[in-house]
Amino acid sequence: MRFRSCFKVLLFTATAALFAQMAPQMKIAPQPTVKVKRGAPATITLKVSLPAGFHANSDKPTDPNLIPLSLKWTGGPLQGAAITYPKPQLEEYGFTGGKKISVVTGDFDLVTKFKVPAGAATGPAAETGTLRYQACNNRMCFAPKNVPVNVTVSVE
Amino acid sequence: MNFNPSTVPPGRFFILLAVITGIAVTLGTVGWPGHEQPRQVVKDSKERKGAPDFELKDSSGKVVHLSDYKGKVVLLDFWATWCGPCGIEIPWFTDFQRKYKDRGFAVLGVSMDDNGWEDVKPFMAEKKINYRIVLGDQKTGDMYGGVEALPTTFMIDRDGRIASIHVGLVDKKEFDDAIQKLL
Repeated sequence: MRFRSCFKVLLFTATAALFAQMAPQMKIAPQPTVKVKRGAPATITLKVSLPAGFHANSDKPTDPNLIPLSLKWTGGPLQGAAITYPKPQLEEYGFTGGKKISVVTGDFDLVTKFKVPAGAATGPAAETGTLRYQACNNRMCFAPKNVPVNVTVSVE
Repeated sequence: MNFNPSTVPPGRFFILLAVITGIAVTLGTVGWPGHEQPRQVVKDSKERKGAPDFELKDSSGKVVHLSDYKGKVVLLDFWATWCGPCGIEIPWFTDFQRKYKDRGFAVLGVSMDDNGWEDVKPFMAEKKINYRIVLGDQKTGDMYGGVEALPTTFMIDRDGRIASIHVGLVDKKEFDDAIQKLL
């Protein structure tokens, strides 16, 4: 009886997945608190993932009309953000007319190096920002999306 | 054939389900190998629902209603300048506009670009688009059932009813067949 119920649930899920063409969600893995010291450099690494079967433009797309991957830090005690984007892949798709485009797929890291001001208040604080991306699969594209970024830093 | 899952050994049962789910998820995201979507047929006349009317502005600032096109077959294309697959279809639509405009046919493009005419007008010039473009928005997409993916193209008959819907890049012949059926 339990197996029959599980079978029905998984069969329904498989059918839904088969016909779903939902917009893909780029996800940022939950980040543990980052300990930083006043007057010292600090690094925040965001672990980002995009579902299989989709790609997003890299931070330097090959076509000026394409919307680039873009991380912007907008709030928090850290300064001087220097962002290292993932190394892109050059891939060809059904709609690229034989050309390769610069994309990111699957799991990748976004690394930001900061400086912690000497006079920063000690204790926990939120370092916030937005990750913007625009994703497609082999046949269709989805509207650009903004993912909020919120990392807790502990200033010592 | 009768299949009773409760008689299958549990270990093999879950392996089988995992394989089925994996195949389904893969096909659901990347499409069927060799032919990613069944060809869209034009619906029977009695099955067609009315296309929602809208009021949007074209590149010269003129207000355009879908109802202005009653009596014509309309290819209504939701697209954006950042959409690669849309760029493949646009030359086809330019060709259809030229070929069929004297037979009561029109292409109407609805751009979903957030930056509006700043991005769209140069793109129109670059691609030599010979049909009318209007600027759409979330509300317009919602009227058409929520346009999540681009391109999404609606074939509308002479009575203003939706005859077919095409989501994502399809082949030129599929559109041409639909237009010829409706003209």
